[in-house]
Amino acid sequence: MSDRLGIVTSASLEKGVDVRLDSPVSVEDMVVGRYVTIEGRKHRFLGMITDVSLGVTDERLKISPPDAADPFIAEVLTGTSTFGQIHIFPRLTISGVEEPRTVKTIPAHFSAVNLTSEEDMELVFGQEDPQRFNIGNPLDMELKLCLNLEEFVKRSNGIFGKSGTGKTFLTRILLIGMLQKSKAVNLIFDMHNEYGWQGTSEGGPPVKALKQLFPASVAVYTLDEENSRRRGVSTDFVVKIGYDEIEPEDIAILRSTLNLTDLAVEATYQLRRRFGKSWIQNTLDTEDPDEVKQLLEESKIHESTLQSLKRGLATIRRLPFIEPHAPADAVKNILDHLDRGMNVVLEFGRYRDITAYVLVANMLARRIYSQYQSRTEKAMAEGTAAPNPLVITIEEAHKFLNPEVASQTIFGTIAREMRKYNVSLLVIDQRPSGIESEVMSQMGTKITCLLDNERDIDSVLAGVSGKSELKSVLSRLAPKQQALIFGHAVPMPVAFQPVAYDTKFYSSLTGSRGKAAGEQAEKDIEELWE
Amino acid sequence: MESKIAEVIEAGTVQFAAQCYELYELPPLGSLVKTGDIYGIVAGATTSSLEPGRKPIARGKDEASEEAVYQSSPQLSKLLRSEFEAVVVGHKDGDKLRQYLPPRPARIHGFIYLCQPDEVKEFSQSFGFLNILTSATLPVPTEELIAAALRQMSRAHEDSRAFLVAAGKELAALFSSDFIRLKNILGRLQ
Repeated sequence: MSDRLGIVTSASLEKGVDVRLDSPVSVEDMVVGRYVTIEGRKHRFLGMITDVSLGVTDERLKISPPDAADPFIAEVLTGTSTFGQIHIFPRLTISGVEEPRTVKTIPAHFSAVNLTSEEDMELVFGQEDPQRFNIGNPLDMELKLCLNLEEFVKRSNGIFGKSGTGKTFLTRILLIGMLQKSKAVNLIFDMHNEYGWQGTSEGGPPVKALKQLFPASVAVYTLDEENSRRRGVSTDFVVKIGYDEIEPEDIAILRSTLNLTDLAVEATYQLRRRFGKSWIQNTLDTEDPDEVKQLLEESKIHESTLQSLKRGLATIRRLPFIEPHAPADAVKNILDHLDRGMNVVLEFGRYRDITAYVLVANMLARRIYSQYQSRTEKAMAEGTAAPNPLVITIEEAHKFLNPEVASQTIFGTIAREMRKYNVSLLVIDQRPSGIESEVMSQMGTKITCLLDNERDIDSVLAGVSGKSELKSVLSRLAPKQQALIFGHAVPMPVAFQPVAYDTKFYSSLTGSRGKAAGEQAEKDIEELWE
Repeated sequence: MESKIAEVIEAGTVQFAAQCYELYELPPLGSLVKTGDIYGIVAGATTSSLEPGRKPIARGKDEASEEAVYQSSPQLSKLLRSEFEAVVVGHKDGDKLRQYLPPRPARIHGFIYLCQPDEVKEFSQSFGFLNILTSATLPVPTEELIAAALRQMSRAHEDSRAFLVAAGKELAALFSSDFIRLKNILGRLQ
């Protein structure tokens, strides 16, 4: 069967290519998001269908339409006086020998247009190999879509989509990919307990998460030991946070969740200066009116400000995992695991409220990042090996990266400073419009499931070439299990269906893991005999 | 075996006129005829008095049937004549069929044959003649002639519907900016 669709009738590099469909091709078979190949004279162009329309040669056809019930008339007119058109946005030019390149020209008049063959797609996206991980199939294709994860982890990345569109499954797949095929280690702030031991699926049985699939390379930390035990999760470490570990910066980003005034946030710095590390304990303990008065006078804080701050701090103190002194240094423990190439999932158990999540994620990430920073700098100065690249996964990212607090949270810094210190972010969010535009623009690869809010779509697609075309693709993704990927790690945007997360997927992982383990064992034996 | 049906009595580059050997033995409208190497499509016919000044008079008042009029006046078949006009739509160049005008017009007294189905089928493999028909000055409306010619030709094809669809698509391209005419022709094809 020939896959020829039609011929190019007009084209512009800015606006894309118009193709008139041949008469046997049904316009109803053309779906937005599909890839087609244009056979130009010198190059072959790969482009995405971004619009489908009907055309007529004579406007009068629309005014006095023919008798559509007559099959003869219908057959004659189809593809002649009335015809289908598709609009294509070319992305890459390919030639047999060279690497696919970004489009810089357009195909000649009447170039033939075909459905993109699987060989061409494979040429562009590559095959599954030690760096490339199969994340799904391009829409309407049997082909495996492979993502180069070595490239992927070099930048901060984002996964977006409305709630219930399959973000969590997609994230799990990517985390597994990174775990298998990149040198990076992951630190996951798992707000909904989805990534550690097992995850939920809508209307289905629980699915296996990282630790069940890769027990040897994943450690599950928890903030809520009791909850984890009840869910039957074997945890490696119970995280407790000491008052003395909380810094004024941590309070600053909680400003809106704790309902603090600007002055109250300002006051935290003065109190920290005055009381040192145990400033929270001391501030809350200062209840004697005389002492309070003295404190207010010396620190030049207004009384209502102090009361507001105290209320906020009391909220934090009520969090069950906060203790006057943490029994063990969680940061050090996490870093030890990361250094050994272990991936760390921090479960929040019952403490799903945003205060706990923002506080803990920000605190831990800041301290881990500063360790990474000093170690990377040291490594550069001394020429020793830099620490393992680290990918920090955060959910509800707009709480950390909104324009108000992005400059204060460590995540804003990580997103902006990118790979300088070997730390990058994997941001998961349902309201990308809430994320600061500068942070969005720094993200390397974005994967987005269905979004239907205009502002969210705009913010995800900001700065992408062919934005309006991608917009129509994005807003027409199926509500479930379809996603659009574009950016640094893929040569061109592509809509795809993520791999099914089922027993078949598990066993494909065990297969490759078995091989990896075998290789490791051989290496170990070699080292032993050296 | 083909038999001659008429003779050229007026010849031009784009059209020729012919007189039938037998009264009323006219080829159907739209049928393909040839004289020498030249092909034409019958574009209109008349039957009239031999002498232009002498008009026929009504004779059948006392006759029982039309046929009886001719029987009782046998001279009629000699005083009347059937003529037709044909639009030149192609010619044979060696053994190749060309669907464009021949270098020279037909000869007067050239014999005219009605093309047989095989020849019609061969001729209608391509639709170049449609363009000649659309632009010719015709004694009948263009839409009528095109529809008649295609109906005639479709009989020579086993799958006459497929032939008409293909021809219809060609017409749709020719009349791309004039849907009303296209619709008129398509309506007359079945």
